[in-house]
Amino acid sequence: MTPIGAFMRQHPWSWSFLAAFLTWAATAAYISGTGGLALASTALSFSTFFVMVGIGQMFVITLGPGNVDLSIPSTITLSAVVSMMVMGGSDAMILTGFLAAIAVGLLVGLFNYGLIRVLSIPPIIATMSSSFLIQSSAIALGRGVKIKPPETLEWISTAKVAGVPILSLCVIALAVVMAVVLNRTVYGRSVTAFGQNTRAARLAGVPIERIRYLTYSLSAVMAAVCGVFLAGFSGGSSLNMGEEYLLASIAVVVIGGSSIAGGNSNVPGVFGAALFLFLLVAMLNTFGAAAGLRLILTGLIIVGVVTFAGGRRESR
Amino acid sequence: MTTETAGPLISLDGIQKVFGAVQALSGVDLKIHAGECLGLVGHNGAGKSTLMNILAGTLEASDGNLAVAGDELGKGYSVQDAGRLGIRCVFQELSLCPNLSVAENTRIIHPVLKGFGWQKRAGALIMEQLDLVFPGHGISPNDIVGDLTISKRQMVEIARAFTVTDTNIRLVILDEPTSSLDARVADQLLDYVGRVTRQGISVVLISHLLGEILQVSNKISVMKDGRVVAFKDAADFDRVSLVEAMGSTVVAGAAPRRDQNATTSAGEERIHMRPAGQPDDQSIRAREGEVIGFAGLAGQGQTQALLSIFEGHGVLPSGAQASGCCFIAGDRQVDGVLPLWSIRKNIGVSSLKRLRSGVLIQNEREQELADAWKERIGIRAPDVEAPILSLSGGNQQKVLFARALGSAADIVLMDDPMRGVDVGTKNEVYAIIRQEASQGRTFLWYTTEMEELDYCDRVYVFRDGVVSETLSGGDITEENLLQASFKQVSGAA
Amino acid sequence: MTGLRFFASPRFWRGALPALSLTFVLLGVFWLQPRAMSYFGLNLLFNLAIPIALATIAQMFVIAVNDLDLSIGSFVSLVACIGATWLQETPLLGIAALLGCIAVYACLGALIYIRQLPSIVVTLGMSFVWSGCAVLLLPTPGGSAPDWIRTLVTYKPPYVPMPLIAAAALALIVHFALMRTSWGVLMRGVGGNEKAITRAGWSVLKLKMTMYALTAVFGILAGLTLVGLATSADANIALRYTLLSIAGVILGGGEFVGGRISPIGAVLGAMTLTLTASFLSFLRISPDWQIGAQGAVLIIVLALRAVVNRMEARR
Repeated sequence: MTPIGAFMRQHPWSWSFLAAFLTWAATAAYISGTGGLALASTALSFSTFFVMVGIGQMFVITLGPGNVDLSIPSTITLSAVVSMMVMGGSDAMILTGFLAAIAVGLLVGLFNYGLIRVLSIPPIIATMSSSFLIQSSAIALGRGVKIKPPETLEWISTAKVAGVPILSLCVIALAVVMAVVLNRTVYGRSVTAFGQNTRAARLAGVPIERIRYLTYSLSAVMAAVCGVFLAGFSGGSSLNMGEEYLLASIAVVVIGGSSIAGGNSNVPGVFGAALFLFLLVAMLNTFGAAAGLRLILTGLIIVGVVTFAGGRRESR
Repeated sequence: MTTETAGPLISLDGIQKVFGAVQALSGVDLKIHAGECLGLVGHNGAGKSTLMNILAGTLEASDGNLAVAGDELGKGYSVQDAGRLGIRCVFQELSLCPNLSVAENTRIIHPVLKGFGWQKRAGALIMEQLDLVFPGHGISPNDIVGDLTISKRQMVEIARAFTVTDTNIRLVILDEPTSSLDARVADQLLDYVGRVTRQGISVVLISHLLGEILQVSNKISVMKDGRVVAFKDAADFDRVSLVEAMGSTVVAGAAPRRDQNATTSAGEERIHMRPAGQPDDQSIRAREGEVIGFAGLAGQGQTQALLSIFEGHGVLPSGAQASGCCFIAGDRQVDGVLPLWSIRKNIGVSSLKRLRSGVLIQNEREQELADAWKERIGIRAPDVEAPILSLSGGNQQKVLFARALGSAADIVLMDDPMRGVDVGTKNEVYAIIRQEASQGRTFLWYTTEMEELDYCDRVYVFRDGVVSETLSGGDITEENLLQASFKQVSGAA
Repeated sequence: MTGLRFFASPRFWRGALPALSLTFVLLGVFWLQPRAMSYFGLNLLFNLAIPIALATIAQMFVIAVNDLDLSIGSFVSLVACIGATWLQETPLLGIAALLGCIAVYACLGALIYIRQLPSIVVTLGMSFVWSGCAVLLLPTPGGSAPDWIRTLVTYKPPYVPMPLIAAAALALIVHFALMRTSWGVLMRGVGGNEKAITRAGWSVLKLKMTMYALTAVFGILAGLTLVGLATSADANIALRYTLLSIAGVILGGGEFVGGRISPIGAVLGAMTLTLTASFLSFLRISPDWQIGAQGAVLIIVLALRAVVNRMEARR
């Protein structure tokens, strides 16, 4: 095997970047000229939001089988609505709005954890139940009021420096930080141990309940922050803005090479997968493929990736 | 009695079974005749359950021959074959579906129970059998198995194994059938075993209760370390000779291994715990620098006691201040190993906080820790970055020792950690344990191996979840231990 | 077990919770709006519960074998689209497509079992595939349901409204098949203790494939009923069903793992969820809170169940 092949086998995330690059190259070759660079820039913009929620979801999935956060889409919507209302279109209130969004995230995380703990129900059911409540709150709060985001927020969310979106620079920085958190902090190590073998992790002294709580909070806060920027990006909140993020957040984790069985995750893959998902759509659009076809392909890729990456580890 | 030839019903010849690097069975020969009750005894890990799994078709032998009624059964002998030949097995872990009713669970092993009225027939079948084996059982065919008490579940499973529809049963294997039955119900079962063997059905009875074995068996086979060490008529055994046959025949170097100094310079008391339901005033105590043994038969509550100490029960303030407890698992794969990580990360996981500078874990520091322990405890691996699963079982266990001893914890809980570990490794680890104890660590050590108790300053023998006997110093002898382990429950007396 | 002790047992309460929740919500509706207590009122209240109940039953088959189907919503949408297009224009093609869907589901079951894959991710991927097919088939909302389906779903029998009859029939038929036949026992056994089923010599692969195929069958029934009621379809018509169906199964007393499911409960659960939505409108609470109320009912019932389970643990 070539050194590149060996590298790719050791780093499962590299596949998603390769796939992203190939789709980009194919599209760029087709449209020719400077279109390729513009496409790359757009891809960076749009993938930003996938990356934000994807990282939160990735930490949750790292906790092992049964751990998935289904409340991400509703949290995005609620946080967008709340922050837009608090900001009220005024630049002066941006910080307060952000704090409000983060408070929403923390509350959601606490609520999810509380349901898991107190009702002793699987996380999937807990986050699903809470998503119903969160979604409803968002609808009730946000119905009929379309508040424009403050100009500065809109600018931050959409501005580009030399073709590179500012927001995507922030998200790259965030990804680097989260990669360090995952690999180099006590918390990150604990999450990874939790997902490999919860019982062994507990007996090795990992504070299981605290880790679970922190992880569900992290996921909710990431979704909340994503909601604010998404509202800034698309000129205000809307009630179905979170919809596509349920499937997308799980898809980027899986395509990014993190193990769905938990205990083995990586941050770069989330980024690569988010780029790939967007570029795939762009490519199919460029080739004139129907919207349906790109959905089918996305789906088949997800199924293909899990089939070849293998499933649950042998429990013994 | 059948008209078949007088040859044995089952004949096992040179059966071997290897799990990875562990030789679970090393050449077992066994004959079971029709209408015979064979008692199978031996310490935990002697290979009894493995042997029975092979006979029941759920495990395939690595080598050796298995013949039923004279027919040689080659490779690929399966559960279905066993069923066709009339071999049934009651496993130690129950194989009932907890979400189904008693009658429905009966249907699962009887494909002919189908069509109109199958529920009535299945219910009648199992009820008839339950009435026969356990008169006055109080179980209804519509009870959901998961809602029944553990002992009723066991009764259902046992009765189910004796139900007959289209194939006659020839052999029923009962693996620790009475482990959760009370004395009266256990007697009913033993009585029934006597009756069915008179009807020509063979029974293999595995039990830790020697009284039971002596009471119903015609033949007794004693297993030890994966082979049969004695196989005689039951009449030729009594309790004492059975215990002797099971015991360690070689007492290697009878020199005392416990450190005489440690007991005299007893430090501060760190643990004082009474197991829940302890009938008398015995309680578990441990001081600084002591090695405390938990003994008794397997599964008598030793692990639970360790876990409850791990959660902080009975840990005195002096112990709690001293950075708490760490735990060394015996069942490595379930309780210990973090399978996706390297040796370094597996060792570091219990010391993460100390390996930080600022908020970041310093990999170099972790590597130093891992390297130091790899050296000290002799982990055989090219370097500490190797994946833990690339190691042999014994070396994986050493990693778990390194994890615990490398942490700051002053109380080390060990849950029979030497299972399946080779002798060389054991001796290396024993030395380290004594050394660590002399430096002030407290060890609580559950073990099923007699010789390991020689390293302990005091031994608590467990029976039915409570301490049945406290032995210390020179009183820690094999006879005393076996006496205490097999002691009938004193609570009723 | 004597009668009285049975009524105090956790098993009784677990079983009775779904019925009690439905009764409670129904009484609330009647109290607020006595006119709902009529043939037409009930028809209106429960009309839309039928496709949801069918989807819930579909989901239940997968949950029974310890899996989860995150694609049922998009699958039902696809079926609705097939129903409003091919089944209307070229019935043979429509029927072939639906049979093909069943085969795909059975293969998914096999894939998930053989490769030991997490059902959540596989069905998540499949939800994209189903949605994609639906969009290709019906890019914009439209189409029209075949007349025979319309006639069937709008049929008004004397005395008892159709939705109630349909719900009762559905609950009883599935209950009989799954809870009373010797074949249903094996199906549920897979969820309870896969090893025990294998040890007894059955093929878990075949059982899982059957369960997945049944999911498809009931998903198809849900889609066709829905398109009959809605008269036209669109590719997103039933996306909500994914979460609603899971909620319905859980509300109906089903457990997430362990093969403890209840078909009657699942139908009741689906009806409760539908009714909760209408309940709010009678309370003059903004329909914005409909989903929230469904979530609240779910959480309350789960909390009650946690209480029952703790009661049991103490015994």
